[in-house]
Amino acid sequence: MGHYVPHTDEELVSMLEFIGLDSLDQLFECVPEALRLAQADFAVAPGLSEFDTAAEMERLARANRGSELICFAGAGAYDHDISSMVRRIGMRTEFVTAYTPYQPEVAQGVLQALFEYQTMVARLTGLEIANASLYDGATATVEGVNLAVAATGRSTVWLSDGLHRRWAEVVCTFAAGTGHRIETVPLSDGLTAWPEPGAEPPGAVVVQYPNRLGCLDDMTAAAKVARATGALLVVAFDPVAAGVLKSPGEWGADVAVGEGQPFGTPMSFGGPYLGLFAARLEHVRRVPGRIVGETVDLEGRRAYVTTLRTREQDIRREKASSNVCTNQTLIAVHCALQMSWLGKSGLRELGRRCAQGTRYTRDALLSIDGIEPLVGAPVLREFAVKLPVAPELVIDRLADEGFLAGVVTDDGAGTDGLLISVTERRTRTEIDAFVATMEKAIR
Amino acid sequence: MTSTISGGQATSIPMMGRDEEPTVFELSVPGRVAAQFRTTDVPALADSDLIPAEHLRAEPAELPEIGERDLVAHGTRLTHRQYSVDLGAYPLGSCTMKYNPKLCDEAAGLPGFAAVHPATPPAFTQGWLEMLGALGSVLCEITGMHDVTLAPPAGASGELTGLLLMRAWDEAQGRQRTKVVIPDSAHGTNPASVTLGGYETVTVPSDERGLVDVKALRDRLDEDVAGIMLTNPNTLGLFESDIVEIAAAVHEVGGLLYYDGANLNAILGVTRPGDMGFDIVHMNLHKTFAVPHGGGGPGAGPVAVSERLAEFLPGPLPVQGADGQWAWRTPARSIGRVHGWYGNALALARAYSYILVNGGDGLRRVAEGAVLNANWLRHRLRGTFDIPYDRPNMHEFVASATNIKKAHGVKAFDIAKGLLDEGFHAPTMYFPLIVAEALMIEPTETESLQTLEALAQAFERVAEIAAVGDDELATAPQNTPVGRVDEARAARQLIATYDMRPPG
Repeated sequence: MGHYVPHTDEELVSMLEFIGLDSLDQLFECVPEALRLAQADFAVAPGLSEFDTAAEMERLARANRGSELICFAGAGAYDHDISSMVRRIGMRTEFVTAYTPYQPEVAQGVLQALFEYQTMVARLTGLEIANASLYDGATATVEGVNLAVAATGRSTVWLSDGLHRRWAEVVCTFAAGTGHRIETVPLSDGLTAWPEPGAEPPGAVVVQYPNRLGCLDDMTAAAKVARATGALLVVAFDPVAAGVLKSPGEWGADVAVGEGQPFGTPMSFGGPYLGLFAARLEHVRRVPGRIVGETVDLEGRRAYVTTLRTREQDIRREKASSNVCTNQTLIAVHCALQMSWLGKSGLRELGRRCAQGTRYTRDALLSIDGIEPLVGAPVLREFAVKLPVAPELVIDRLADEGFLAGVVTDDGAGTDGLLISVTERRTRTEIDAFVATMEKAIR
Repeated sequence: MTSTISGGQATSIPMMGRDEEPTVFELSVPGRVAAQFRTTDVPALADSDLIPAEHLRAEPAELPEIGERDLVAHGTRLTHRQYSVDLGAYPLGSCTMKYNPKLCDEAAGLPGFAAVHPATPPAFTQGWLEMLGALGSVLCEITGMHDVTLAPPAGASGELTGLLLMRAWDEAQGRQRTKVVIPDSAHGTNPASVTLGGYETVTVPSDERGLVDVKALRDRLDEDVAGIMLTNPNTLGLFESDIVEIAAAVHEVGGLLYYDGANLNAILGVTRPGDMGFDIVHMNLHKTFAVPHGGGGPGAGPVAVSERLAEFLPGPLPVQGADGQWAWRTPARSIGRVHGWYGNALALARAYSYILVNGGDGLRRVAEGAVLNANWLRHRLRGTFDIPYDRPNMHEFVASATNIKKAHGVKAFDIAKGLLDEGFHAPTMYFPLIVAEALMIEPTETESLQTLEALAQAFERVAEIAAVGDDELATAPQNTPVGRVDEARAARQLIATYDMRPPG
């Protein structure tokens, strides 16, 4: 078993003596006797050695045959290459085992990394302010909605059905507490079909770009709807696509939210991921979570510190607009490292390569008799197809052949499809084999 | 002991660099490239052939242009300006900054865990589902609860999940309650979560013992109260010994009891929230179960519930079928998803490996070590600071610098900064709110007697410096990568990105 409590028997005796006790059990005399657990009643197996533990974890890891599938799945989680540099530097123990930077004089490393992260997220989104991270794309969307509702004083939310369904579910879950009225706006052939402004104007207009079917939604239309109704425009963006697409800020977004996993974080069975959050400067006092700011120390040297702290829950308590405390700092640091490594030209090249792989795969699949596009709108780095057999069946068949074929989706009007994503990791050989296998699997 | 050599004191801190580290943007040179891409042989196409003109970004985003070698040096130098558990003791009260076994890092980093797409069919993720199922079961055993969701990615997320479970329960009873009771010693996330859960916070005061004032609580309990949120041991490090009576009183009016697991480390294998009468329990795996804090996250905040609340849990949950195969299932009356996928899965894997390596016997020793260390340190510091609630505590205690402030005009804030110069991280300051000049100290079980002695001596030295009366601590720390940071200026002249810096 592990030896992470270092006291020797002699030390235990002397420490107990120092505090006037005879036994370790006496430490818990403040717990009513009826509540004290007999050791025999605590049914947790005895500890293992480090090496036996590692063997059990390896057994479980090996049972995940999915880790060896060639990945064509996306839908918010993507199979990108990560530089060794990100792992080596990002997993340095000072980043990994630090706490939230409450004492800035000994936390300049994390604080400066977050300041650089905020700057890069702001530049990528075309907005002025970014926070120091949220949990994931879905929960960042919730916070974006909350900001918009607070800023406008209107609790109706127009949510494009182009938002990932799982993200929309999370928005609805938390709306049960806040009382927001979530109105889902349907897609028509892959693009959001915004309604005419009605009696109850929305506080937030939420659109995903590219959307859950991979389509480039009509952002001019979304911005127009937001302006016409007086709502804030919340854009759920994909940071890889943002390397080649107009930024949320250029489209008129007031808030941009997104999933930061594609930059430096493995797919990890869904977490820990990274909620990206950026906004226009006028909303800074409603931004959730931590914000790192630059300042100086007593000698006038540049220094960093978490700032505008009076927004946060530990000071504002029940009047805080968000309850976020622990965030995803380490993942944000990894993201900052990967973004720095990709750099100005690399980010663009990454988006371009994903689009090239997607185009090549899509063209090949659509040349197969029986495979059709699910919707007609233009796509970038993932696309949905209609198959002659159930997509669940196709996924199972391709998994047996070594491919993760995609994620089941629908066009919003009841037609099931398969959403296929192609990253810069997929080689032509892999794609050709995937297409050939798919051709057999749909017969 | 008069002096000691300790593994937990970062005496080499003065060696850390005091020169400014340039930002990655200042280190950039136009045209410099670090990025590489694998060879794919996928046909290249021009942007204009791939992207409709109206969507195409005109100018690339201004990311850094830095070579890999310089970037690695930059990142490494940043880590030299950062304190961490692996450098020395971190007695931050309420944060449980224990040593994180390296075994857990390696276990979570196995490709069999890390390289799995979350939408992979369950037949290909049996190891993940089995691990999550086993972790859920052992967390239920540790807390004495019936069922659990592992999805909330942090403690505050767990709190809000718990409050939405309360709402769902209320609605299922055909009622709409409006208030949740919280002690005045509670963490700030509690009232913030209550508001987001759609309830109104009612504060109950602590009595002279530092515990919930049971009479005052009874005065606040009525048919509008959905429940109470309690941390036990509370944020003073004291066990709420009236908990059975409190639970009965809350249940009597039909309310639920919510357990904030921030301080669960103190009671592992000793007593269980379920046995105390709690209905909803969140755990901070990044505190109790050694998931490293990562500079502020990621954590994990699973929520366990009693049997009557299990049908409302967020989905999906891992369940094992009669055939031994694991699958996902969402409870019939689920409140819905609380995370885009299944929570912070790799953090969950770390926690599971930590529980395996410690086992039931080891977890009990964790609690014993944590409580012993905190009591020892309280006794050791009695002559140095006021101890407002000077009686047996659990994993942490709250000292007060009121004596030093009165005698020498030195605040808790300055004491904390002084401690940084001694090679230790400071305790939590000014919390809980009910103690003036609070220094909340949680040594954790992984610090040795030698480190505790060194920490005590460091506190004593700082108190001696305060007593000299020449205001030396007002400018502390001196030996850290930067000196005292001007926090007011950061808020007054907001510079939240490099682009917001004033020109020149």
